[in-house]
Amino acid sequence: MAAAADCGTGAASTGSIGAAACKNVTSFQRKGPRASGTDSGCSRLVSIAGTRPSVRNGQLLVSTGLPALDQLLGGGLAVGTVLLIEEDKYNTYSSLLFKFFLAEGILNGHTLLVASAKEDPADILQELPAPLLDDNCKKDFDEDVCNHKTPDSNIKMKIAWRYQLLPKMESGPVSSSRFGHYYDASKRMPQELIEESKWHGFFFPEKLSSTLTIEPCSLTGGYRKLLQFIQNVIYEEGFDGSNPQKKQKNILRIGIQNLGSPLWGDDICCTENCDNSHSLTKFLYVLRGLLRTSLSACIITMPTHLIQNKAVITRVTNLSDTVVGLESFIGSERETNPLYKDYHGLIHIRQIPQLNNLIYDVSDVKDLAFKLKRKLFTIENTGLQYRVSSHQKLSHRRTEKPLFIK
Amino acid sequence: MFPELNNLLNTAPDRAEQGKLTLLCDAKTDGSFLVHHFLSFYLKANCKVCFVALVQSFSHYNIVGRKLGVSLTAARECGQLVFLEGLKSSVDVFFRAQAEPHPLQFLREANVGNLQPLYEFVREALKPMEDGQAAWRYPVLLVDDLSVLLSLGLGAVAVLDFMHYCRVAVCWEQKGNIVALVHDSGDAEDEENDILLNGLSHQSHLILRAEGLATGFCRDVHGQLRILWRTPSQPAAQRDRSLTYQYKIQDKSVSFFAKGMSPAVL
Repeated sequence: MAAAADCGTGAASTGSIGAAACKNVTSFQRKGPRASGTDSGCSRLVSIAGTRPSVRNGQLLVSTGLPALDQLLGGGLAVGTVLLIEEDKYNTYSSLLFKFFLAEGILNGHTLLVASAKEDPADILQELPAPLLDDNCKKDFDEDVCNHKTPDSNIKMKIAWRYQLLPKMESGPVSSSRFGHYYDASKRMPQELIEESKWHGFFFPEKLSSTLTIEPCSLTGGYRKLLQFIQNVIYEEGFDGSNPQKKQKNILRIGIQNLGSPLWGDDICCTENCDNSHSLTKFLYVLRGLLRTSLSACIITMPTHLIQNKAVITRVTNLSDTVVGLESFIGSERETNPLYKDYHGLIHIRQIPQLNNLIYDVSDVKDLAFKLKRKLFTIENTGLQYRVSSHQKLSHRRTEKPLFIK
Repeated sequence: MFPELNNLLNTAPDRAEQGKLTLLCDAKTDGSFLVHHFLSFYLKANCKVCFVALVQSFSHYNIVGRKLGVSLTAARECGQLVFLEGLKSSVDVFFRAQAEPHPLQFLREANVGNLQPLYEFVREALKPMEDGQAAWRYPVLLVDDLSVLLSLGLGAVAVLDFMHYCRVAVCWEQKGNIVALVHDSGDAEDEENDILLNGLSHQSHLILRAEGLATGFCRDVHGQLRILWRTPSQPAAQRDRSLTYQYKIQDKSVSFFAKGMSPAVL
């Protein structure tokens, strides 16, 4: 997306200026030599660490910290968009995804903005998982995966030949990629990496007492202060290109934890008919405006299982770009279901944004499950699959834990 | 614009009807391809377009518009297109007090507001030129989308009032057209949205409803489009004409086919 073009380049994005003739003559002119497939200005920004342009529409992507999730989302998270994680019931795995996102930011040298009403951001950063470096991971993987040697090997399968057509999931480290790293959830990130990184923290209980001259508006106090904080950081550090003193060529990764929970002063999770039901949706809208005009990407975890008003969940989904729902099996009857015995929960890709594109984007694979295997968080394919494609007849088959997808 | 959709609607840029309200609605799928269609359709038809884009940025529509054969930047520069970028303006109006009333003034208000500043903006944008010479054929108002206004704190009645005022100003006074997108929340029990959708359905001349397939996602058939022609002022005894097609969205166009006749299945 040309958030890049909007920042600071002003009218430079209109390479095709044909002001005089806009009636019958098309005014498209070939732009100067620029990176193919990307909008103007992106060629300058491809050099930002930890980003890459999307192969489909040239948008700038960042990694979510989980390469399997990146693949499911079509390459990564687009800069300028929101990734909404619908929390699982006890917030075990969603906080892990939250930390992966932040850890990825530290590894790539991005600036972080961590906002929480429950934990001090400094504590959250201390608990980030350590990155898995290539020489360590080889021996960890040999015992788990029997046939994942080279991801691109085209071994012809004789018996299970139908499986060859299914997409392979990446679950091993890709050694030469600088986009997307693997993390060891049992170890902590080294202190020196955290200290080197640049981060801003917003801990709501600390800001409760501060008095800002705010005009009355229908946002609850916590959301209003958070928006102000985010906007200050974006402006001061120059992520939107409007600050003449600061020329920023880095990504701001914003992480907001437990948005919508009562700790933020919002009662949307407590009752069905709350007074300030527009607070959360208004916050998301203004946040989207801030993100679209700056070089930032945001992850939000939200306890949607607590929101009793279904209409609000629909509105929140419409206002977010990418929505991923986590459903853990802890305490549910699925824990004893033999189909799910190796997994810790299900992951639902509810929405993928359709930016700069007509094509309707929906995740190809539907029944996905995740598990936290000693150290690694992996996502795998499970369940029934129905496929209709233009060169195949209608077919359906049951795939039960296909071992080759590892 | 999609030539196949023009054929289905039996219309073309040079002979479109005037004074009509078209309602776009989507249920369980994304109907924004219809917005792109009408935007490029009316720009090619040489109409003056006021686009209230509340959910995506200008560059998004521009890039898709280029695939469909129109350049929004050129149209904006020569005055054919008045583009209100909701996301960018909302940041401006929310963080800085504005001197004059801003179209999105309701974002700053604590109580349930109304859309009068937005209506004034639309009327100002689409008013006929004083010198009498008509550079453009007729004015068109395009709104993407109205459901987000409900999320921003406005009531369904305020949005219906806004649409009513716009219809008087655009459709009746200037014989222009209005196209608006409303999401159908389905079984999510969003009462305000249902009120808005039902209210607008009764006022519109053409309803295009994009629905996801009842059986779920399919790679070759992205959804079903229901077209309903209505005559709001006629008595209800007259039957409204309705057609249903299935569609598949491709990179630069959308192909329509009769139900069950997808090339993948035949």
